[in-house]
Amino acid sequence: MIRYFMQRLLFACLVLVSLSVFVFFLFFVAPGDPARVVAGDKATEAQLEQIRENLGLDRPIIVQYGSFVSKAIQGDLGYSYRNQQPVLDLITRRIPATVSLVIGGVIVWLAIGIPIGVMSARNAGSKKDRLGQTFILIGLSFPTFVLGMLSLYCLYFLPRKAGFMLFPAGGYKPFLDNPADWAWHLVLPWTTLALVTAAIYARLTRGQLLQVLGEDYIRTARAKGISEGKVIYKHAMRATLTPLITQLGADIAFLLGGSIVIEQVYGLQGVGALAVQAVANQDRPIIIGVVMLGGLFIVMANIIVDLLYTLLDPRMR
Amino acid sequence: MTQINETKPVETNASKASEKVVQRSSFALTMRRILKDPALLTAVVFIVILSLIAIFSPLVAYWTGHDPNAQFRETGMSPFGLPVGPNGEFLLGADQLGRDVLVRLAYGARISLAVGVLAAFASAVIGITIGMISGFFGGWVDVVLGRVMDLVMSVPFLLCALALVSVFGPSLTLSIGVIVFFSWTTMGRVIRAETASLTKREFIEASRSLGASPLSILLRDILPNLSVPIIVYTTMMIPSSIVFEATLSFLGLGITPPTASWGGMLADAGANSVYLVAWWLVVFPGLALLMSTLAFNILGDGLRDALDPKGRRIKPRKKKGNTLFGWLAKGKASEGGTHQ
Amino acid sequence: MPLIEAHNVTIRIPTEDGVIYAANSISFSVEAGEVFGIAGESGSGKSVLMQAITGLLPGAEITGEVLFQGQDLLKMSQKELQDLRGSHIGMVFQDPLSSLHPYFTIGSQITEMIHTHRKISAEEARALTVDMLEKVGIEDAESRFDDYPHQFSGGMRQRVMIAMALVLHPPLIIADEPTTALDVTVQVQIMDLLDEMRRTFGTTVIMITHDLGLLANIADHAMVMYAGTRLEIGATESLFSNPAHPYTLGLLKSSPSSQETGGKSLEPIQGNPPSLLDRPRACIFAERCPQVQNQCRSARPPLQKYDDGAEALCHFSAHDTQAMTVDTGLQKSASKRPIVVDVQDVRLTFHAKSMFGKKRSTEVLKGINLQIHKGETFGLVGESGCGKSTLARVIAGLIPASAGEVTLDGVPILSVTGQRWRQMRRHVQLVFQDPVGSLNPRRRIGAIIGDPFRIHDVAHGAEQKKKVQELMEMVGLNPEHYNRFPSEFSGGQRQRIGIARALALKPSLIIFDEPVSALDVSIQAQILNLMQELQRDLNLTYLFISHDLSVVRHVCDKIAVMDAGQIVELNQSDKLFAEPTHPFTRKLLDAIQDPPPLQESSARKLVETEPAAAVFDGAVMEASL
Repeated sequence: MIRYFMQRLLFACLVLVSLSVFVFFLFFVAPGDPARVVAGDKATEAQLEQIRENLGLDRPIIVQYGSFVSKAIQGDLGYSYRNQQPVLDLITRRIPATVSLVIGGVIVWLAIGIPIGVMSARNAGSKKDRLGQTFILIGLSFPTFVLGMLSLYCLYFLPRKAGFMLFPAGGYKPFLDNPADWAWHLVLPWTTLALVTAAIYARLTRGQLLQVLGEDYIRTARAKGISEGKVIYKHAMRATLTPLITQLGADIAFLLGGSIVIEQVYGLQGVGALAVQAVANQDRPIIIGVVMLGGLFIVMANIIVDLLYTLLDPRMR
Repeated sequence: MTQINETKPVETNASKASEKVVQRSSFALTMRRILKDPALLTAVVFIVILSLIAIFSPLVAYWTGHDPNAQFRETGMSPFGLPVGPNGEFLLGADQLGRDVLVRLAYGARISLAVGVLAAFASAVIGITIGMISGFFGGWVDVVLGRVMDLVMSVPFLLCALALVSVFGPSLTLSIGVIVFFSWTTMGRVIRAETASLTKREFIEASRSLGASPLSILLRDILPNLSVPIIVYTTMMIPSSIVFEATLSFLGLGITPPTASWGGMLADAGANSVYLVAWWLVVFPGLALLMSTLAFNILGDGLRDALDPKGRRIKPRKKKGNTLFGWLAKGKASEGGTHQ
Repeated sequence: MPLIEAHNVTIRIPTEDGVIYAANSISFSVEAGEVFGIAGESGSGKSVLMQAITGLLPGAEITGEVLFQGQDLLKMSQKELQDLRGSHIGMVFQDPLSSLHPYFTIGSQITEMIHTHRKISAEEARALTVDMLEKVGIEDAESRFDDYPHQFSGGMRQRVMIAMALVLHPPLIIADEPTTALDVTVQVQIMDLLDEMRRTFGTTVIMITHDLGLLANIADHAMVMYAGTRLEIGATESLFSNPAHPYTLGLLKSSPSSQETGGKSLEPIQGNPPSLLDRPRACIFAERCPQVQNQCRSARPPLQKYDDGAEALCHFSAHDTQAMTVDTGLQKSASKRPIVVDVQDVRLTFHAKSMFGKKRSTEVLKGINLQIHKGETFGLVGESGCGKSTLARVIAGLIPASAGEVTLDGVPILSVTGQRWRQMRRHVQLVFQDPVGSLNPRRRIGAIIGDPFRIHDVAHGAEQKKKVQELMEMVGLNPEHYNRFPSEFSGGQRQRIGIARALALKPSLIIFDEPVSALDVSIQAQILNLMQELQRDLNLTYLFISHDLSVVRHVCDKIAVMDAGQIVELNQSDKLFAEPTHPFTRKLLDAIQDPPPLQESSARKLVETEPAAAVFDGAVMEASL
């Protein structure tokens, strides 16, 4: 058991190392001079040289990478080329918006997706199922940003043109300042994120549940005289939890690393928006920082999911 | 041989009866299911029309007289500099630079379809090859390839795409490359699991015990049995590649302007919120994108149901699984001997 | 008053391919306290019948009447049926491995049922459960209460299932193939337990099974189902010793008995069961009946009632159509024949390697010695996990042994590699257990049977086709079916394809790995006979692996009994059965349950013949709609 987790931990490190090598060397071989990004177009060759020395860019790549890794382990991800602020600070400042978006989104999409999947599976082949499957297909096909733009148009712009404010166009208001305002600003991002993701969960739930409902132990449960609701929600759902949790872990991790599209559409100042801005500004330390952070979230989520497996499945203990 | 002679008439008899079953077996049955599925047929018609539009987009440009990248500041924009809506000249309106949305949509279809299909096929080929090798040989080969797949799946792909584009600059090849690199694992995992379970089947052991080479087993015994997941998942990867490409373009990381692409058109519409005063800038490209992905998704779903009716429920109210289906399967197994 | 009484129950299940006629006008009644058996082959509708009347098949359309304690089950709402299940009708299913929820402790699965039906405290429920678990033979029940199903062996899990079914003392228990998934010796224990429990609690048991021997030994009354139709019902004793329906007689004659010596061919029921998609007309068994007359194909059979209470759905009464058994002249004196296979001290150890931990090793084969002579059938018997299939694969050269040597026709085979190994493949062939899994579903059978020719470069094109068709004819397949896919054949026919493929290269040894255990009795006999004829005609050598001693005795000249990776006893079949020396062999032999021998003449009298119309009431009504 412990050995298993040691292996998982080792693999997690492997992922992070590969990722850091990838981004670090990617920027090393990249064309363009970082010093020029820092100094601006009018800098002289001497100034550029000075900057290179300050940033350690004149050292061999291996040494640069080594110092990057050793600093990163201590929580130092370097400084932004643009405004010389610590990358970690910049990212941490963006985290509340992203986390708010993800937490609300998760709750909404689970609340939509799982019941639809259950309904579909319970009434497999019927009208209700076809309804559920239509939802799934449309949800899976809807590009996030199209849905976002359409809801902005319908739920923000049209009401406003008519003279009232149904929902704001976006922006992030801190939770502690005013929880109601926080939620109001996030309603559209939450629903947009949730609708497209809920389809995935509905499909997963439906597929898994259909399979589980065919299992012998479900027949046993029915033979015991348990109510159908309990058969579905206690016995059958219990067995579908594992794949749902796998999916959930992966999704949360990916989104925490930056829900780029949603943040972009709704102007949320989250981690994803930071990354997009950094790309536009050629601000490499930030890009590296965000990618590494995203990788860390995913790796951590994998380990947590593995831990949950062993809690959920007695056969794994 | 007395016993055998006694047996034969019965077998012949049985075969006559099963002839009917044979005639509409496999292919014919699949076709019958496809023809019975109106959603699937609609999706196919849509995809065909879309492909024709994409192929003949220069004709659209010729017909309207508008080059996709030409800016018609006189006719396409209002005196205040705002784009004009759908009218006689611009059937789907003009964009913020006075370009014809309809023509650009037609050209954008080329990009979307090309990227969708190319990326899906390339990922499929890689996924199938690696998945089959990993699933068939098992052991350390499987451990290594499995870990590689895990590794790729543990990468925050959109962020890495961002990083790549920021270094190499946006381009079509890079878009396809990024999509393929992060998509093949889906196919790879499915094929790996299917191959591993097929490899345990007795007919593989039978081939092996006959002395067939691994390559022959992979190509003759395993590959044909993977046709259903291969067809279905390749089809399903087309819409996700289309969305992936559109997303990259939307973030300004895909196709370089002024080349028309649906994601790029939406990005243009989103920039400065032009679309709030010109709804056609988001509705038409958005609809084109949604309809295409929907069509491919319906196609994939429909094909799965038609090719693999196991997952498909027959009549309403049928909640029983195993017992009934296990029993039906047994009933079907003896169908060869039906006396009709 | 009977505890449960069914009248003209007809079940139809709508599917994509059409309506399945799963049960046609079935009637039976079960007295309180007795064991009632429902026998039938797969697809006979025996399980569907019981599941449908207890409300576990919501998709099925049921007509008729089923009185349980005076109330009609078919008129009850889902809720009423739900309240009845568990509290009044307990159920035990076939596979204890999959029938218990893997994520809940066994105790909680039982108490859940108690709480559903009774308002009692958690402590009381727990006490009841522990008490019942002890009664069914779970040792240390108090501490095992919180264990999960995977921590129990198959037999123990079935005991848990039985405890669950019994804990509320329901008047009726439906046991659906309760021992089929278990080893023979465990089967006996479970049957004894069921029998003991019903005596203790006075429970009525409906036992669904395909195993006639088992039924004969436990049931008071039984009915025989075929393709959704009840062909015969009556007291077990007379049903088996003196069957009234030709199908029952055919089943009994096609089951190998451990009492009889080998060398005689069985009398299989020819053909395959009908599709249930057809509305039954005339006699459903007519196509396979040995004593079929024109009448049987045109008119529905009447219900014949006998003076001993037996009832059969037949125009006539069953009688032997052939002289009992034909001696196939397979008595062989094996000693002077040349040795084909010589296995010397074969050992096999699996090492479980892991990155960090120490190596763990499992000894699967612990020094096996055996010789197989030309033209003989060598039987390998043992329970699941004893290593018999592994040994077969070692002999086939598919799994390398850790130590020891196997020589085939005097050539050592364990050390060969590369081209030599491929050459060796010609000389030993396998026939597998699963007729579905052993044929590639995506290839035509011409290609499947022709594979050996292709791989070993023996024949191509037209020549290969000719050879394949010869083989097909040899195993009793129609050569015109050359271009078909395996799914178009029935289980028995598929097994013939597997045999044809194994015969193609005229191997020195054919290994049969449980070749008939997935087949129904009537089909099983066809395949066993085919094997014997081929052996006689082509002088083949067989290694026959099975868990079924009756089958082994029927076909084998010599038998080796395996237990935990060792051969514990090896002897001529007759001697092994007559005077087993090893305790394990005795245990296996004791576990065999044979139906009583058939009586030569019938003492019963036909008392009444009920015409068909009345019997098929439901169906007729339906047809006129």
